[in-house]
Amino acid sequence: MIEDLVSNIRVAYARLWVRVKGGNREPHWIFTEVTVPVLTLSAYVYLYKMLSAPAEFAGFVVIGGTMMAFWSNVLWNMSAQFYWEKETGTLQMYLVAPISRMAILLGMALGGIVNTALRAAAILAVGIYVFQVPIFLRDPVVALLIFVLTIVALYALGMLFASLFLMYGREAWHTASLLQEPVHFLSGFYFPVRYLPFLIQLVASAIPITFGLDGIRRVIISGETAADVLPHVAALVVFIAFLMPLAKLALGYMENLGKKEGRLTLRWQ
Amino acid sequence: MFMDAVVSLRFDMQHCIETKDLVRVFKGSGKSVVKALDKVSVTIEEGEIFGLLGPNGAGKTTFIKILSTLLLPTSGEAYVKGFSVVKEPNKVRKIINLVSGGETPGYGILSVRENLWFFSQLYGLSSSAANGKIKQLMAELDFEEYAKTRMNKLSSGYKQRLNLARGLINDPHILFLDEPTLGLDVLTAKNLRNYMVKWAKQERKGTALLTTHYMAEADEMCDRVAIIDRGRILACDSPQTLKENLAKNPSAKLEISSVNVNFDFLKTMQGVIGFTETRNIQTGTTALKVIARNESIFSEIVSKMSQENAKVLSVSKTEPTLEDVYISLVGRGFEEAEAAGS
Repeated sequence: MIEDLVSNIRVAYARLWVRVKGGNREPHWIFTEVTVPVLTLSAYVYLYKMLSAPAEFAGFVVIGGTMMAFWSNVLWNMSAQFYWEKETGTLQMYLVAPISRMAILLGMALGGIVNTALRAAAILAVGIYVFQVPIFLRDPVVALLIFVLTIVALYALGMLFASLFLMYGREAWHTASLLQEPVHFLSGFYFPVRYLPFLIQLVASAIPITFGLDGIRRVIISGETAADVLPHVAALVVFIAFLMPLAKLALGYMENLGKKEGRLTLRWQ
Repeated sequence: MFMDAVVSLRFDMQHCIETKDLVRVFKGSGKSVVKALDKVSVTIEEGEIFGLLGPNGAGKTTFIKILSTLLLPTSGEAYVKGFSVVKEPNKVRKIINLVSGGETPGYGILSVRENLWFFSQLYGLSSSAANGKIKQLMAELDFEEYAKTRMNKLSSGYKQRLNLARGLINDPHILFLDEPTLGLDVLTAKNLRNYMVKWAKQERKGTALLTTHYMAEADEMCDRVAIIDRGRILACDSPQTLKENLAKNPSAKLEISSVNVNFDFLKTMQGVIGFTETRNIQTGTTALKVIARNESIFSEIVSKMSQENAKVLSVSKTEPTLEDVYISLVGRGFEEAEAAGS
C-alpha cells in the first residue's frame, strides 16, 4: 500500500517534470504563451473603456483572463493530452505500467499549474501595472482558498474529460472544442455572470469555474469578505467531492470498456 | 480433490506464460465479426524466447495485447507468471514490459536520457538506480553519445534502441516484443536481435515473447516458434524440429521467364502441398517456390510451363525454411496470405 503510494508520487512528480521541462525548453513558446493572452485581455479592456463601462470591469477581465489560462490548460494540456499520447504510443506505456492513471493526470495537472502560473502572473501584472485595475483585496487568505478550490475542482473535471479521451480520441477532441467557447461565455470569463439572464445563470452554475471566478472577483475586485463568499466556497467543495470520485470511476470504467472493445490503443480513430 | 487442485496450480505456475482456449472477437463492419484469436492455447517456459510467426492480421499483436493487459479476451484464460491478465492486471504489469516496432513512445522535446528517466519512474526506480540503469543500457545498446540528443532528432534505428532500452528499464521478467525490428535497416535490426538474444538466452535474465513476420528473425532468435494464421496456432515447436518435420516433403525453387503465368493450377494439382510466387517486373521473371509430396511434381510443373509458353530457367532444390513450414501448413506464402486477408 505504502509502496504503491510512494511509486505513484514518483510517477506524478516525473510527469510534472516532463511538463515543466518540455513546456519551457523552447523560449519562443514561453513568449507566445505570455503575449497572446495579454493581447486578448487588452482588447477587452479597451473595449470596456470605449463603452465607458465601470472601472471594475477591467478588473473582471484581468481575473477572467488569469483563470482562463488555467481552464485552457485543463482542457488542452491535460484531458486532450491523452489523445496525443495515444497517437504516439506513450499512453500504451502508461497502461502496461503498474501505476495509477490518476497519478499521471495529477502530474500533468501540477506541471500545467506551474507553467500556467507564468502566463497568469503576466496577465495579472499587465492588469495591475499597465491598466491600473482597481484592487480592493481585504482577505488574501480567502482569495487563495477560493483559487485553490477552483483549481482542484477544475482539474477534477479535467480528469473526468480525460477518461473520454482515453476511449474516444478524436471524437472527444471535437466535443472539447465544442465546449470551449460556451464555457468561456457561461462562466463569465470577460464579464460577471450576474449580468446574464437568470436561466442562463442557472445553467452556468453547473460549471465549477463560474463559482470560482465570481468568488475570486468578489474578494479581489469588490473587497468582499469570507462571509460574503461562503456559498461559493461551499459550492466548490461540493463540486470537488462529486467530481473527484466520479473522475476515478470514469477512468476505471473507460479503461475497462476500452480493453473490452479494443479501442484503448486504437490509433487515428 | 483439494490436493489435485494444488498440484494443478503448481503445474500451471511452472509456466511463465500460459493461455487456454483464448478467443478474441472484434466487431467488423456492419454486423460482421472478426475472430482475431481462435482458441489459442500456448505455454511458454521461463528463460525462453518464444516466437509467434504469421502474416499481418494473423492475430499476433492481439495476443500480445491481451498478455500485456491492454485488451480483454472475449473468452478463455491467460496467465503471466501465474497471474490472471484479467483479474490481476497490476500484478502482471509489475513484471512485464512491451516494445513495439515502428513507434517511439515518449516526448520528442526531451533528450534520450530524460525520456528513459521518465519511464524508469513508472516502475518506481529511485533516481540513482534509474541513472545507473540508463547508463548501462545506453552503453550496451551502443548509443551513449546520443544521451543528450532530443528524441525527435534521432534516426529510426536509434529511436528503436531507445524504445528497447525503455522496455528493459524495469528489468522485466517477461518482455513482449511486437515486431521489434519493423522498418529498420539490416544492420540495426541484426544488432538489436543480437542484443535481445543476449539479454534473454545467454544471460537468462528473462523470457521474451516475440511476434514477427520475418522468418529469419524467428529462426535466428527463437527457442520455439508457433505459426499462427487467422487466429489459429497451426504448429508449435523449435524452428529446427519444424523444418525437420518438413524435410520429408521436397521443396524447389523454379525461375520462370515470365511474369504473366497464372499458377492457380497448382492449387488443384495432386501432390502440391503449397507454393509461393514472387514476380519481378524488372527482370521479367517469376520465382516460384513449391513444396510437394514427391519430386516428380517438379517435372510436371516444368511440362506445364512449356504448355503455357513460359520457359523454366532454373530449378533448384532448397533446404526447408520456416517459410516453407508456413506454406506447407497454409498452402500459400505470407504475401498471398496478407493479400487474401486485406
